[in-house]
Amino acid sequence: MSSLTPLSLLLEAGLFSATRPLTLEELGALDADSSSAEVRTALDQLREHYDFDGHAVEVLELAGGWQILTRPAYAAAIERAQAAQRQPRLSAATLESLATIAYRQPVGRAEIEEIRGVNSGGVLRTLQERGLIEVVGRSEGLGRPMLYGTTPYFLELLGLNDLSDLPRAEELTIALQPHRAEADPADGDAFASVEQG
Amino acid sequence: MTMSLDGAEGDLGQGSGFVVALDGFTGPLDLLLHLVRDEQIDIADIHVARIAEQFLKAIHALGLNQAADYLEMAGRLIRLKAQMLLPRRFDDEFWEDPRTELVRRLLEYQQVKEIAVWMSRQAERRAQRYARGVLPPPPSALPPLPLSLDLLDLLLAVEQVIAEIPSPMLHSVVARPLDVESATLRLEALLADRTEFDWREALGNHPSIVDVLSTLLAILELAKRGLCRIQQTAPFGNLVVARELVDAAVAAP
Repeated sequence: MSSLTPLSLLLEAGLFSATRPLTLEELGALDADSSSAEVRTALDQLREHYDFDGHAVEVLELAGGWQILTRPAYAAAIERAQAAQRQPRLSAATLESLATIAYRQPVGRAEIEEIRGVNSGGVLRTLQERGLIEVVGRSEGLGRPMLYGTTPYFLELLGLNDLSDLPRAEELTIALQPHRAEADPADGDAFASVEQG
Repeated sequence: MTMSLDGAEGDLGQGSGFVVALDGFTGPLDLLLHLVRDEQIDIADIHVARIAEQFLKAIHALGLNQAADYLEMAGRLIRLKAQMLLPRRFDDEFWEDPRTELVRRLLEYQQVKEIAVWMSRQAERRAQRYARGVLPPPPSALPPLPLSLDLLDLLLAVEQVIAEIPSPMLHSVVARPLDVESATLRLEALLADRTEFDWREALGNHPSIVDVLSTLLAILELAKRGLCRIQQTAPFGNLVVARELVDAAVAAP
């Protein structure tokens, strides 16, 4: 049983009390005397402590911060007991718009609709209401349309640390598959696709 | 068939707020991609005439020929089909494949779909981990999500609303005619018995408003016929009904 340093214990208390990821600055505010390097070291110690001493929770780096989350193995039990509520899944149309915005941001509605080939006003509103996208500016074009970008909550929902965690365009395989691709949560691979001939 | 109704779109929507999503297709490109995949051919080698025909057949079968986005795509495909039929010389260096734009859009859209699938898996994986309490709520208080319901829900809701409308308040008016005859009989019996009495004695037990009115009319009727006299000793005092003396004189020979 490893014993945690006072700073690690302080970080544990801070992370435990938060319902969202805390940034390095926020964690540093817990102890004014500690440098950010010391906070990072203490974070690593806390993470190792959870990993090696057998805990149901772990420290994860998310949306530019750190958060204590339960391990996936306990998800089914938690849901069965209704100890926590699952976020509603995003629809295919919502995910398409979100994907377009994530890669093209800042992007206007017209461009999103051009790419999707369908009216996207309602979907954009849903995304905005769920806090996944926000207006990040206005285009210089005619009518100065609003430009959208993703929020930190978008990264949180996808479990990403920052936008560079999204697959790069050249990593994507444009594959011609006999059947419509469907999300398979059990599949660990990001993409299982056939190379284009 | 599912229908998602998006109401007022606020500052986001200037176009039609009515979005139709059928059989899982998120739009005309989605449907087109599905058709191309069914054909098992390379997108770049798309057979426009056949795909256009299938697209038209599909939107007709799905009842999508009313949806603007699908109609626009149908129009594009038909124009493209016509362009492909135009004759051209073999040595035409400047000939551009009219399909290029459509192919580019399809490939781009396919990439978007691929990312969407990746994101969905990623979100699914993240959802396997729970933070303390519930998952962090989206920042700031937000208005409710747009209404999403199918036809059955809509019909049930309408039924519920109709059931809750109160039926109009109906007052049934029951005719209760004044019963002057029996009041007269009561008065005559009392007059035969006594020379005078308090008019209220003619009312009987627990008189209703109808009984009171009937008795009053009966007293007035008897007085008019000269069969009784009405006396009131003080203003607002009690009415005393007395046997008419003339009548008494006649009655007593």
